[in-house]
Amino acid sequence: MFDALAQNLVYGILVGALYGLAAVGLSLVFGVTKFLNVAHGEFLMFGGYASFWLFTLWKVDPFVSLPAAIVFLLVLGAVFYKLLFGRMVKLTEAEKIQNTLLVGFGLSLILQNLALRFWTADTRSITTFYSGAVFTFAGVRFPIVRLASMGIAFVAVVALQLFLRRTYTGKALRATVENWEAATLMGIDIQRVYLLSFVMGAALAGVAGALVSVGYSIDPTMGMGWTLKSLVVMVLGGLGSITGTFVGGIILGVTESATGYFLSLTYKEVVGLVLFILVLIFRPQGLFGTKEG
Amino acid sequence: MLTIEKIDAYYGDLQSLWGISMQVNEGELVALIGPNGAGKTTTLRVISGLLKPGSGNIRFHDHNLGKESAHKIVELGISQVLEGGKIFTGMSVLENLELGAFVGRARKVKDASLKWVYQIFPRLEERKSQRAGTLSGGERQMLAIGRALMSKPRLLLLDEPSFGLAPILVEHMFEMIKEINKQGVTVLLVEQNVRAALELAHRAYVIENGRIAGQGTAKDLVSFESVRSAYLA
Repeated sequence: MFDALAQNLVYGILVGALYGLAAVGLSLVFGVTKFLNVAHGEFLMFGGYASFWLFTLWKVDPFVSLPAAIVFLLVLGAVFYKLLFGRMVKLTEAEKIQNTLLVGFGLSLILQNLALRFWTADTRSITTFYSGAVFTFAGVRFPIVRLASMGIAFVAVVALQLFLRRTYTGKALRATVENWEAATLMGIDIQRVYLLSFVMGAALAGVAGALVSVGYSIDPTMGMGWTLKSLVVMVLGGLGSITGTFVGGIILGVTESATGYFLSLTYKEVVGLVLFILVLIFRPQGLFGTKEG
Repeated sequence: MLTIEKIDAYYGDLQSLWGISMQVNEGELVALIGPNGAGKTTTLRVISGLLKPGSGNIRFHDHNLGKESAHKIVELGISQVLEGGKIFTGMSVLENLELGAFVGRARKVKDASLKWVYQIFPRLEERKSQRAGTLSGGERQMLAIGRALMSKPRLLLLDEPSFGLAPILVEHMFEMIKEINKQGVTVLLVEQNVRAALELAHRAYVIENGRIAGQGTAKDLVSFESVRSAYLA
C-alpha cells in the first residue's frame, strides 16, 4: 500500500519535471513578449517527432540527438516568428494576447494536421536497448530513461536561469520583461530580444518533446494537452519565476498521479484544471510569484 | 548639437505637437517648461525615438534621428530618463547600472563609467547589491539618472527628475544635475518646478498646447510676463 503510493509520487515527480520544462518555455515567451503561444504544445510534438525519426531512420540515440531537436525547433521557432508572431510586436498587451491566441490556435491546427498527414495518427515511442532499465530503491522503481529525462530538464532550467542572471543578453531579456520602454532606452533592440525569447521557448518545447518521445509516447494530437498543462503550470508557478514554474510542473505531476491513485485516472486532467482555477481565485500571482510588477 | 525643426507628432489620430522647433547646443543645460499635457514629455519621446514624428526634422550632429530606431539613438549618444525613473525593480542596483552600459561603445568603458557614476551618486555604491525595488524615491531617481549616464551620453534627456521628491531632495537633485552638466554632459530638462528649472538652466523653451510659446535665456524668462503670472506667481 505504501509502496504503491510512493511509486505513484515518484512517477508524478518524473513526469512533472517535463511539465515544468514545457511550461518554462511557454512562460519565458509570455513573460518577454506577452505572446500567448497556444501552439507551444505542437512545437513540443515536433521536437518529439524529430527525435523519433532520427532514432527510427538512422538509429541515433534520442539523448545524443537532443542538440539536433533543439536546432530544429530554434529554426522552426524563428520561421514562425518571422512569418506570424513578429507582426504583432507593436500591438498593445491585451491585443497581443488576443491576436496571438487566434494565430496560435490556427497554427496549432495546421501543425497537428500536417503531423497527421505525414506521420499518421499512430502513437509512437522510442524503444532503445536501455528503455526497460530500472533502478530500484526502497522498493520503489525509478525507470532510468525517465530519471535521465528529469535530470536533463533540470539542467536545462538551471542553464536558462544562469543565462538570465549572469549574461548581458539574459539581463536584457529580464529588463524587457520589467519595462520594454526603459529597456529600449538602454539601447536594447527589443525586436531581437523578442525573437530570441521566442526561439528559446520553442527550443525548450523541443527538448521536452524529445524527452517525452523516449520516456512516454507521442502522437499528432498531443499538443493541445501539453499546451494546457503548460498554461496551468505557468499560472501555478507564477509569472516571472523560472524556478517557481519548474516546481509548479512537479506539483502538477504529483497532483495528477495522486488523483490517479486516490480517485481514478479519469479525473487526472480535471484535477489539473481545478488546481488552475483555485490558484486564479486564491493566489492569482501564482505560488512563487510576487505581486510587485 | 541637436536641432529640431517643425516637428508634428501624433498619438494615434490625436495630434499632440504642432511645428515644434528648438535647438540645444553642446554643453548647454536647456529647460523645457510648460503646463501639464503641453507636450513636454512627447517632445522628449520624439527625440529619443520612442515616438516617431509625423513630420519635421530632428538632427543630432550629422545624424537624422527621424529615421533611426530608439535603441540606435542611444548608441548615437542620447539617453533619456523616463518620468518616475522606471528602474528595473527586480534587479540589483549594480545590474541596473550595468544595463545602462548595454551599447557596445559604453560597454567597453563600463568600469570607468561605474566609478564616475558612483562619484556623482555615492549612495548608489553603498546600495549596489541591494534590489532596486527596495530603494527610496530619491535613490530611485539617482539610479535612473546614473543608469542613463552609464551609456556615456552626449545629450541627457531628463523627464521631471524632481517629481515626487521631498523639497530637500529636490534641491539636492538639481545640484546633481548641475554637476553632471558641468562635467560635460549636455542636458535637456523637462520640469514642472519652473522656478528651480530656470535657476538651473542656461536657456529655456516654454511649451503650451503642443506649440513653442516662448523661449529665451533663463533670466529673460523669469521676467517674461506670461511665465511669471502662469508659473512663478
